[in-house]
Amino acid sequence: MARVVLWGSLKPHTGGKLEVDIEARNVGELLARLGETYPGLQNQIKRGVSVSIDGLIYREGWLEPLRPDSEVFLLPRMTGG
Amino acid sequence: MPLDNAPESKRKFNVVGTRPLRPDGIDKVTGRARFGADASAPGQLVGRILRSPHAHAIIKKIDTSKAEKLAGVKAVITRDDFPDHTGGSGGLYDTLCNVMAREKAFYEGHAVAAVAATSASIARAALKLIKVDYEVLPHVTDVDEAMKPNAPLLHKDMFTDGVDPKPKKPSNVARRFEFGHGDVEEGFKKADIIVERSFKTEAAHQGYIEPHAALASMGPDGSAELWCCTQGHYMVRDVCSQLLGIDIARLRVTQSEIGGGFGGKTTVFIEPVALALARKANRPVKVVMTREEVFKASGPTASTSIDIKIGVTKDGMITAADGTFRYQGGPFQGCSPAEFGGMSAFAQFHLDNVRAVAYDVVANRPKTISYRAPGAPMANFAVESVIEELAHKLGMAPIDFRIKNAAREGTKSSYGPTYGPIGLGATLEAAKNHPHFKAPLGPNQGRGMAAGFWFNFGGQSCVTLNIPIDGSITVSVGSPDIGGSRASMCMMVAEELGIGYDQVRAIIADTSSLGYNDVTDGSRTTFATGMACILAARDAMKKLCARAAATWGIPEDAVTWEKGYAKPAGANAGNFAPLSLKEIAAASPGTGGPIAGHHEYSADGAGVSFATHICDVEIDPETGRSQIVRYTVIQDAGKAVHPSYVEGQFQGGAVQGIGWALNEEYIYGKDGRLQNAGFLDYRIPVCSDLPMIDTQILEIPNPGHPYGVRGVGETSIVPPLAAIANAVADATGVRFTQIPLSPPRVLKGIEEAKKAGGKKAA
Repeated sequence: MARVVLWGSLKPHTGGKLEVDIEARNVGELLARLGETYPGLQNQIKRGVSVSIDGLIYREGWLEPLRPDSEVFLLPRMTGG
Repeated sequence: MPLDNAPESKRKFNVVGTRPLRPDGIDKVTGRARFGADASAPGQLVGRILRSPHAHAIIKKIDTSKAEKLAGVKAVITRDDFPDHTGGSGGLYDTLCNVMAREKAFYEGHAVAAVAATSASIARAALKLIKVDYEVLPHVTDVDEAMKPNAPLLHKDMFTDGVDPKPKKPSNVARRFEFGHGDVEEGFKKADIIVERSFKTEAAHQGYIEPHAALASMGPDGSAELWCCTQGHYMVRDVCSQLLGIDIARLRVTQSEIGGGFGGKTTVFIEPVALALARKANRPVKVVMTREEVFKASGPTASTSIDIKIGVTKDGMITAADGTFRYQGGPFQGCSPAEFGGMSAFAQFHLDNVRAVAYDVVANRPKTISYRAPGAPMANFAVESVIEELAHKLGMAPIDFRIKNAAREGTKSSYGPTYGPIGLGATLEAAKNHPHFKAPLGPNQGRGMAAGFWFNFGGQSCVTLNIPIDGSITVSVGSPDIGGSRASMCMMVAEELGIGYDQVRAIIADTSSLGYNDVTDGSRTTFATGMACILAARDAMKKLCARAAATWGIPEDAVTWEKGYAKPAGANAGNFAPLSLKEIAAASPGTGGPIAGHHEYSADGAGVSFATHICDVEIDPETGRSQIVRYTVIQDAGKAVHPSYVEGQFQGGAVQGIGWALNEEYIYGKDGRLQNAGFLDYRIPVCSDLPMIDTQILEIPNPGHPYGVRGVGETSIVPPLAAIANAVADATGVRFTQIPLSPPRVLKGIEEAKKAGGKKAA
């Protein structure tokens, strides 16, 4: 079980929750189950997100493993110049 | 996934860290380098684009019949030639709408039709023969005006995302973001001093010297080729293929040399148009933007309106920080970097209570695109201006105030994650100890500073390394070289193989030669593609050892690689004279054929980046003109592969920030038309405007890279806006809250302050 922290304006899609617990072994499963559990998040996930695990930001990395004690944040998809 | 390889911080480098000559230098100074407009093809036609004169209009009808009949015209295209293959929504659909207007023209300069003709004069004449029936609509270009309830509406189906409950009425506010932690209201209750200010920044263009250019051809069988200047030719291939409804593998894109990108060439503008013209004309078509088109129809960065409120205790601890960030991104949602403004604004501080609310706003301006650390410089200008003002109110040296509140390892960042090892504190301490900081100031001069942050990221890279029979090496990479990456790729390969830099040459391969490579952006290439080069070199090294083992008749694992030679791993492996790379390469036809290394990779673990800048400015009190008299950039590079290029990135970012802070701005008339679409009226800094930008590279190894490398291309544009505004405030006693700090604005501020009898905000 991973505890994921969302950014504030996603609250309307999770019934007001900023932190949600998701059963997932890696980033790919996390994103899939977030979308299944909270369909309102699907648009944002489709549009693109990054995932921060223990302070490192992953833009792709679907196979990156999640530990139960990992600090996980959902973030907007990183772009740059 | 990140490379499982801690930085070899104690490693002694032989090539990395040196300053060899740049591989592209001679070609660029002799004119041999081929840029976007330098390509040609047999039978090539000239492509030209007709653009909307209106800021906002319904396109009722387009009559191309007269243009089509003009002798020499081979193709005319409009929206009808771009059937929607995107599903009618999302970012790709918006890109389609931007490259060729559909129901509406959303800004002055929006493409509405294009022609291909046998000469430029015929193409221009044909454009005049195209009749477009517009229904002109009210327009809005200012971000604050666009957010008002009665503003002209760009999209009837745009309901702000991220608001609860969902709005019942459409608006120009596409998205709302919120980041932060703690309780800012409670934090402000603990504050002894609170400063609250509102700021505005204007849109600035990336100002690359080379306009967009593309040469397209498409055969009757649907196979196509495209030559263009871009920061990401794989992105161009994928996007164009999807917009035109052709198989990705049928389109081969070759990247030209690039005359600057800075984020502005991370999307498509004319490339799909050139391909569509080539398809219709069945002839190659070259499209080259004019400078006016570059300004009007290729994305600048966002204009913004920002409110900042920060509270501190008497002893200088920040108790709460709150910001509202409104970013105008042109006519389509998701183009303004509002979220990155909100995420980066307070990232340099250790804060218990912080909130950033950001709005992505649409308006009748060109679709914006990234510009170095997209979204961060404007937010930093606002926050670091308030920080400087708070320090003065506290009676604290601004540098000490920043050090006291600086983010550090273990800090919960303002955008969420907890920092690992970061270099912010080191840059602040280095600034405090820098001779610049203690140098005396002259009359009418002031000094300012600012610290800035950027995320950096990795991404997908694919590299092949070929070793021909003379032992020289060609590294094929798919990341366009926009800032010296060919040199750093060669250096990392040379370092791994233990050979000289001159033995290695890097080329940018076309899209049919390698697997997908992400765009060169996000300060990713030296970090991510560099790692792919290192791993491709290790792959080649393994194969070189295998050839030596086969030659000697011993097991592969009994051979080791050392300083360019294969050697028996130990006495038990046998007594063989070492074989050099050149010897193994020369024998390769008889020992198994060509030798190549390869690696494909999706890199993460880029590591965040911080910089501190110090600026001295002199103000002419009679004209309000600002002259930068001294400027210093201090930034953590993790490990500088080629220090001269790193310094160049630091200097380039600072100079672009200086231009943005002092003079650059998009100026719109009441008719919604851009008034200054040329370098005579849109003033970027030239050498005579600038001092030599001093640099100090700090090397705090990034744990996510085997050499400790961090991206360095973007952070350097983040602090200049605030550093300069703080220096101008120091020189004039006036706190300016709007940039650019152009002479009329500064003069007006000084005169108003004189009338008011002292310091004020302007």
